Amino acid sequence: MTVMEQRDAYRPTPPPAWQPRTDPAPLLPDAEPFRVLGTDAAAKADARLLHQLYAEVVRGRRYNAQATALTKQGRLAVYPSSTGQEACEVAAALVLEERDWLFPSYRDTLAAVARGLDPVQALTLLRGDWHTGYDPREHRVAPLCTPLATQLPHAVGLAHAARLKGDDVVALAMVGDGGTSEGDFHEALNFAAVWQAPVVFLVQNNGFAISVPLDKQTAAPSLAHKAVGYGMPGRLVDGNDAAAVHEVLAEAVRHARGGGGPTLVEAITYRMEAHTNADDATRYRVDAEVDAWRDHDPILLLERELTDRGLLDEEGIRAVRDDAEKMAADLRERMNQDPVLDPMDLFRDVYAEQTTQLREQAAQLRAELDAEADGTDR
Amino acid sequence: MTTVAAKPATMAQAFGRALRDAMAADPSVHVLGEDVGTLGGVFRVTDGLAKEFGDARCTDTPLAEAGILGTAVGMAMYGLRPVVEMQFDAFAYPGFEQLISHVAKMRNRTRGAMPMPLTVRVPYGGGIGGVEHHSDSSEAYYMATPGLHVVTPATVADAYGLMRAAIASDDPVIVLEPKRLYWSKDSWNPEHPTDVEPIGRAVVRRTGSSATLITYGPSVPVCMEAAEAARAEGWDLEVVDLRSLVPFDDETVSASVRRTGRAVVVHESGGFGGPGGEIAARVTERCFHHLEAPVLRVAGFDIPYPPPMLERHHLPGVDRILDAVARLQWEAGS
Ligand SMILES: Cc1ncc(C[n+]2csc(CCOP(=O)(O)OP(=O)(O)O)c2C)c(N)n1
Repeated sequence: MTVMEQRDAYRPTPPPAWQPRTDPAPLLPDAEPFRVLGTDAAAKADARLLHQLYAEVVRGRRYNAQATALTKQGRLAVYPSSTGQEACEVAAALVLEERDWLFPSYRDTLAAVARGLDPVQALTLLRGDWHTGYDPREHRVAPLCTPLATQLPHAVGLAHAARLKGDDVVALAMVGDGGTSEGDFHEALNFAAVWQAPVVFLVQNNGFAISVPLDKQTAAPSLAHKAVGYGMPGRLVDGNDAAAVHEVLAEAVRHARGGGGPTLVEAITYRMEAHTNADDATRYRVDAEVDAWRDHDPILLLERELTDRGLLDEEGIRAVRDDAEKMAADLRERMNQDPVLDPMDLFRDVYAEQTTQLREQAAQLRAELDAEADGTDR
Repeated sequence: MTTVAAKPATMAQAFGRALRDAMAADPSVHVLGEDVGTLGGVFRVTDGLAKEFGDARCTDTPLAEAGILGTAVGMAMYGLRPVVEMQFDAFAYPGFEQLISHVAKMRNRTRGAMPMPLTVRVPYGGGIGGVEHHSDSSEAYYMATPGLHVVTPATVADAYGLMRAAIASDDPVIVLEPKRLYWSKDSWNPEHPTDVEPIGRAVVRRTGSSATLITYGPSVPVCMEAAEAARAEGWDLEVVDLRSLVPFDDETVSASVRRTGRAVVVHESGGFGGPGGEIAARVTERCFHHLEAPVLRVAGFDIPYPPPMLERHHLPGVDRILDAVARLQWEAGS
């Protein structure tokens, strides 16, 4: 045999034709984001739900404004406003049952409040008096998460654990467009799909990650498209249309609860304010762009729908605004009280039981504090 | 009841036995990681667990360390006690973000509301002829992270006891498993596994009067050997096995050094910024008036872990320890 003949003789049989494990077609998002308000679909929407969404979105807007004002007064260390994104925040909270879990990012204070958290406790992290101001188990809201996308695998693990225990609990995890580039986003989606964990991932695509626009973040046709590669459905929704976000998320939650596994939802929205109060948005975007989004404001869309259908009048609007104003006044008043802090808390809850080393250090601080109080410190 | 892994005799088997007993005792204990199920782990520590407890409790995960640690955080949030395996020391690094930002801090940031009863198993250290990224001593990274406990056994009995204690702990514990000792055997009786050791206690492995060798994990047998060899040179060395790096047992260590007046810290991870510096400083602070000589360190070189054919030059051996002991004949001004 010649060398060439030998090579041919040993050529392995080709592998079987490639078969996709899942038909990608039903997983693909629609080309256009799903909408309800201002379309024929709105007629089918539940009037009570629309009203509730409206009231919560208005409260949310007022909350954002109040929290931002508190940063100017030095009462909050920082506030990443979700003004413009209230529809997503509110729908994410309202779509969950009490036993379900919410995994917010640092921008999602509002979702936590809409889920029922005390507004002051929800601001603890941003106020700077502690990291998490609430017991996550009490409200089933994970701590507001600052490192990007790291809360996503937590949501998967929790949902997976709940399913192992036979509880029909769903976890909804929120992340920004920038966060979708992090490795943890990938790992979380992959785990969720492989384990068929009852998780809903909500990406709020608000156009920017601090200053970086979406086209520098990803080359994907949409962020919802990313789902397909993991074997889960991707859904695109108008993130300023509260009724649409609610409907898409509700469907995803139902799907998850019924054992259908995770869904990735991309809500297209816009951040109307700067990244935080400390950011200068004029460096990376023009007013015209912001103005264009004003016509598509989540409050406006709901108000138009409700008034057009005769479900809301001037008086109703005023009632909702008054209610929001009351919430803001209460928040302002309570935030204007100085928090009472005990420095000795620094050594609490590092471990279940303090180590000898921490006990020694606590004693040192105690002595320093006593000396300070006596005026005997050097 | 099922009989387990015939007769555990090696350290790897003792770790496995501890996992098995913990899973049998508490249904909330779950094992997860790369290849831990069907294969039983690349070191076979988890051998038989998937078969006995099912793959819902001993789970082969996708290949993703951040994902493994991150999902384990969520599982712990829901009341499970996950035990995760990082396949090798250097492959834990993609998971550091989860470990440092969440595993270690969750209790503290939630003011005690959300403990993290999570055990992270990390096969670590060299001496097994591994290619690069398979022999790192990563203990200094873990020690530098408040909120984590860090333990590392040197005997088969401790492998069992510390693993059980780690899983029982309501705090996250990093169990550094000395790869080099996986196949070591000692007089541990597998029929009657020893009581669970409290985490945070060092133990005197060998009493002596002229100097203390302070060590842990893979360097313990080396120090025992050095102590034997030192007898010929007139040294009666005490060997303290730390067992737990965090919390650190100042009491046992200081008591020993006060007795002997001299100390050498021995470990195979690099010396600069390594655990030995911390230990030497603590000993000096506590025992200054008892010390006849500066506390010395015998550590690995401050180099990326060397290729297998050179690792014996890097790892502190008996001779290097004896050289350091000889230098303890300190005279002021020398
Ligand atoms: C791991 C990590 N890297 C960097 C940062 C700093 N950082 C905070 S917010 C942010 C941008 C996030 O953008 P996006 O995910 O789109 O969320 P958005 O702020 O728009 O809600 C960055 C880079 C961080 N918090 N975490």
